Amino acid sequence: MQSIIDQYQVAIQAAVESKTPVQICGGNSKNFYGNPLTVNHDVLDVSAYSGIVEYEPTELVVTARAGTRLADLEAALNQQGQMLAFEPPCFGKAATLGGCVATGLSGPRRAAAGAVRDFVLGVRMLDGSGKDLRFGGQVMKNVAGYDVSRLMVGSLGTLGVLLEVSLKVLPQSSAGITLRLRMDEAQAIDKMNQWAGQPLPISATCFYRDELFIRLSGAKPAVHAAQTILGGDMLTNSSAFWTSVREQTHNFFQSGKSLWRLSIKSTSAPLSLPGRQLIEWNGALRWLICDETVTAETIRQVAKDAGGHATLFRTDEERRQVFHPLDPGMMKIHRALKQKFDPAGILNPGRLYPEF
Amino acid sequence: MVHDLVNQLRSFLPPEAVLFETEDLKPYECDGLSAYRQTPLLVVLPQTEKQIIQVLQLCYKTKTPVVARGAGTGLSGGALPHAEGVLMSLAKLNQIVEIDAAARTARVQPGVRNLAISEAAVPYGLYYAPDPSSQIACSIGGNVAENSGGVHCLKYGLTVHNILKLRVLTIDGECLEIGGQSLDSAGFDLLALMTGSEGMLGIVTEITVKLIPVPEKAQLVMAGFDDVQKAGNAVANVIAAGIIPAGMEMMDKITIHAVEEFLQAGYDLDAAAILLCESDGSVEEVADEIERINTIMLKSGATKVSLSRNEAERLSFWAGRKAAFPAAGRVSPDYYCMDGTIPRKHLADVLRGIEELSVEYGLRCMNVFHAGDGNLHPLILYDANQPGELERTEEFGGKILEMCIHAGGTITGEHGVGMEKINQMCSQFRTGELEMFHAVKAAFDAEGLLNPGKAVPTLHRCAELGAMHVHSGEERFPDLPRF
Repeated sequence: MQSIIDQYQVAIQAAVESKTPVQICGGNSKNFYGNPLTVNHDVLDVSAYSGIVEYEPTELVVTARAGTRLADLEAALNQQGQMLAFEPPCFGKAATLGGCVATGLSGPRRAAAGAVRDFVLGVRMLDGSGKDLRFGGQVMKNVAGYDVSRLMVGSLGTLGVLLEVSLKVLPQSSAGITLRLRMDEAQAIDKMNQWAGQPLPISATCFYRDELFIRLSGAKPAVHAAQTILGGDMLTNSSAFWTSVREQTHNFFQSGKSLWRLSIKSTSAPLSLPGRQLIEWNGALRWLICDETVTAETIRQVAKDAGGHATLFRTDEERRQVFHPLDPGMMKIHRALKQKFDPAGILNPGRLYPEF
Repeated sequence: MVHDLVNQLRSFLPPEAVLFETEDLKPYECDGLSAYRQTPLLVVLPQTEKQIIQVLQLCYKTKTPVVARGAGTGLSGGALPHAEGVLMSLAKLNQIVEIDAAARTARVQPGVRNLAISEAAVPYGLYYAPDPSSQIACSIGGNVAENSGGVHCLKYGLTVHNILKLRVLTIDGECLEIGGQSLDSAGFDLLALMTGSEGMLGIVTEITVKLIPVPEKAQLVMAGFDDVQKAGNAVANVIAAGIIPAGMEMMDKITIHAVEEFLQAGYDLDAAAILLCESDGSVEEVADEIERINTIMLKSGATKVSLSRNEAERLSFWAGRKAAFPAAGRVSPDYYCMDGTIPRKHLADVLRGIEELSVEYGLRCMNVFHAGDGNLHPLILYDANQPGELERTEEFGGKILEMCIHAGGTITGEHGVGMEKINQMCSQFRTGELEMFHAVKAAFDAEGLLNPGKAVPTLHRCAELGAMHVHSGEERFPDLPRF
């Protein structure tokens, strides 16, 4: 396995010398996400460094190589009755752990359990000069040194090449059901937030076309007690429904040129934007499919006014400024960090922001 | 030079907010780790963000070091003053700005006490989850600086999991809004980077924290074991059964005796270890979980299991654990609290190692343990009036931390590196990682004016230490990956 790392290091050093950036590529399942590399570049395929390094179910920690397929990792956890509690979307069979961490995308359980970054305990990585570095560790509480491991989450390969990741894992719930309630959007936003403020075993929420879907997960008696409080009728194909939301195979995602992701304050009133919306995370995540009459600036302003930010998640059009622009002060820090981790600017330049 | 600085500070701060007389500086010479003391050049007590910006701009211009201080309860010397620097107390920024009950958030100033947030949220049925044992006194700003945990963090997370947004001032006085009211934000996760950065990257002036619903019920199982290994296995068995307890604490024999003598909590004096395992949630959930925990404890060989029958009894079971520190203070003139984390499976080995060191150094050591997440707090008992005893204690403590590293753990779970564990950073990290930490610091504070000399050792220091230690080449757990 060390020989694979050696190869990556050689490739990085060659990129520095030839001043030709590399696009880091794992399973190629999320290439649609983020800005494309605009400069002439090579591809650094990092799928070969794969496999689980260590997994101790009773320690609630797994360490796996970044090229490990998410599906394989989840299957290994499933065998022990455990799971990645942030329910990462795969968007394809070849999706890897490295891509999951680099994109930092979490699924339906995020509002209840936490995001990818909340479960990352440590990383082994190569920086932009090819140095093999380890941050964090395999234990749950660790405050030695700056939290570089979590900094890597969502940085889209602009700070380093992930080699190994240690994650906290959680037991699966013993019981789970999904309730469906009919109500309008404003009412649903209100209810989701109200219920999130009560000790109920809600593990996911989704609102679409006047229907609110609530997943309850936990011990059987707790789930039943909550069902009595919430009412509604029980969905028969619960697991398939949440997979379709997580993997964006749900009907909502099947049409339209551009899909926007608005991450905002959960209690924000229904957004006045044309098009169709699907809501998750108790109202904190609003997916928007709209026609071209609305400008990106308008959508960004609406998201900002609602305490958050907007991402052009998928589009058939040309991708230029996918992520919400940063304030000058924040951009200064981002560029300074990029300069420290990747002085030659050869790792995924422009993928996150055109400026670096 | 001091007078120049004082005059300039007094041009925008009221006279009582600038302290420079020796007797006024005295209370600030140490934090919770009183073995380390240093008088600062002067102390400022700003009351507004604007005043902080002015202080920072002045310090930046005059190249004066700045050390931020919250409630001063830190246990690693993170707020130890700098002899030529300004100590900035944030205690006067103590307002809860807003509680948004519907969105389940609170916006607070850094000097607000941890417990005060939960108290203010009570009317809404909400609370702030991280509960470090000093929560009655410690400030939320300090919690962010240290990424503080508490006894409930296995289930509810650390500070980093429970905050949404920070207002941060960089050393040149620029204001950054990091995070948001949303669950994520654009760009790098600077919220995570700031949390636990020990005042080295910026000054936090406002924090938006998450609030969660107060559980309907909490109940506690207390189990005694005649062997530490059996207690460790019981913890693993609870987790293997798919249970994440709200709290899971372990005490060893010497601790049990010390606290029982101190407040008669009804602990089993014959036990080699006692486990406290708490379940919280809805009434139905707790009933189900407590029954399963009870069965697991008995199957794991517990000699005695008691379930709390009511809230008063639950609190009395907890009282002993919470009194571990004062109890240590009663059986010994001084004690030194360590803070390592290990993978739980190595608990018995590490405790045996500590016992051997205890004999070697002739110093007693009590062990309390956040068993769920592997965070060990050995309390070394010593007498500072005995010549050489503090030095022996520090050496003993250093060896415990090295042992944690060798077991695949870390030198600090929640207290921070500060000044105290700076040497052990050289053991935990290699040159490459340390260089990157310095680079991260430089990205925020190129002049190195914020809390200089803390948290990350210079490479020079590590080289000198390396030359001092003669490595025997023997490692305690040679087959472990060092991740």
